[in-house]
Amino acid sequence: MDEVKVIEIKKSIFAENDKDADDLRKELKTRGVYLLNLMSSPGSGKTTTLVRTINLLKDKIRIAVMEADIDSDVDAVKIKEATGIKSIQLHTGGMCHLDAGMTRQGLDNLPLGDVDLVVLENVGNLVCPAEFDTGSCRNAMILSVPEGDDKPLKYPLMFSVCDVVLINKTDVLPYFDFDMDKCREYIHMRNPEAKVFPVCAKTGEGVDVFAEWLLGEVRTWKK
Amino acid sequence: MHELGIVFYIIRDVKQAALENHVDHVSAVVMDIGEVSTVVPEYLIDCWQWAVGKEPMLTGCELKINLIPAVTRCEDCGKEYDTVTHGKTCPFCKGSNTFLLRGNEVEIKEIEVPNN
Repeated sequence: MDEVKVIEIKKSIFAENDKDADDLRKELKTRGVYLLNLMSSPGSGKTTTLVRTINLLKDKIRIAVMEADIDSDVDAVKIKEATGIKSIQLHTGGMCHLDAGMTRQGLDNLPLGDVDLVVLENVGNLVCPAEFDTGSCRNAMILSVPEGDDKPLKYPLMFSVCDVVLINKTDVLPYFDFDMDKCREYIHMRNPEAKVFPVCAKTGEGVDVFAEWLLGEVRTWKK
Repeated sequence: MHELGIVFYIIRDVKQAALENHVDHVSAVVMDIGEVSTVVPEYLIDCWQWAVGKEPMLTGCELKINLIPAVTRCEDCGKEYDTVTHGKTCPFCKGSNTFLLRGNEVEIKEIEVPNN
């Protein structure tokens, strides 16, 4: 007689999260709440870009922000001070990403009946957040000019899961060997459908185009 | 470092499978890990060894990993090739109309339990 018995499982580790994420998306659709998952590497300007975008949209739609970080509440405080909107901080307790379960817990702390758009600012990281569906309606990411135009080649999964790529810090383009056309080409190699918006969060240039796109998305979602 | 998070998911699923099968101790877990799944087997095993120490049902439970080679198929010429060497561009026809056939797995294949 064998010493061990083998029990076949054959189950993807992501299966449960993918299901939770689909359930969450359906609930958000029913409630008329649009969730945007915003990802990037640390220091790409997520929070500054968000502040600009929120200030362009806050008189048109009701917005709330969930800031996910390993520690501290600097981002949530910054958003609240700079825009006046509801912003909460989620701590991942050392984890490098948010999954659908954690996103749901965060949403439970927001008054969803009074909100049209929730932006989830994911942990700054180009690898892990791409693996986990949060239940968002769309995935957006920010790539900043100093990071280089070759990032879509180095982090293919992140760029293939993103519907929108913002290329931030365009004001420093003259100082870096960043080829905007090449970058667009690399992004579209990973995801031919991806929308690309060059922006400068510091000066505000181009942010209005992104804000307009986002407003259209929220209105379509609520129909 | 998402290996730790993945270990927590594995433990959750293994405990559930053990309950469903009326098993009170699991001696090994066999995972299929794809070559381009972004999971690093060595890190996964390190995290596993730390985490199973906290689960009585999994004390001393070994994590065995089958590495699944990544293979991509080209839609244009119909050939298959090694993903790690050539990425998304087909080495035969240089087309980019390609998709990953396998190599993205992060799956619990089976669990081993003492046969009493």
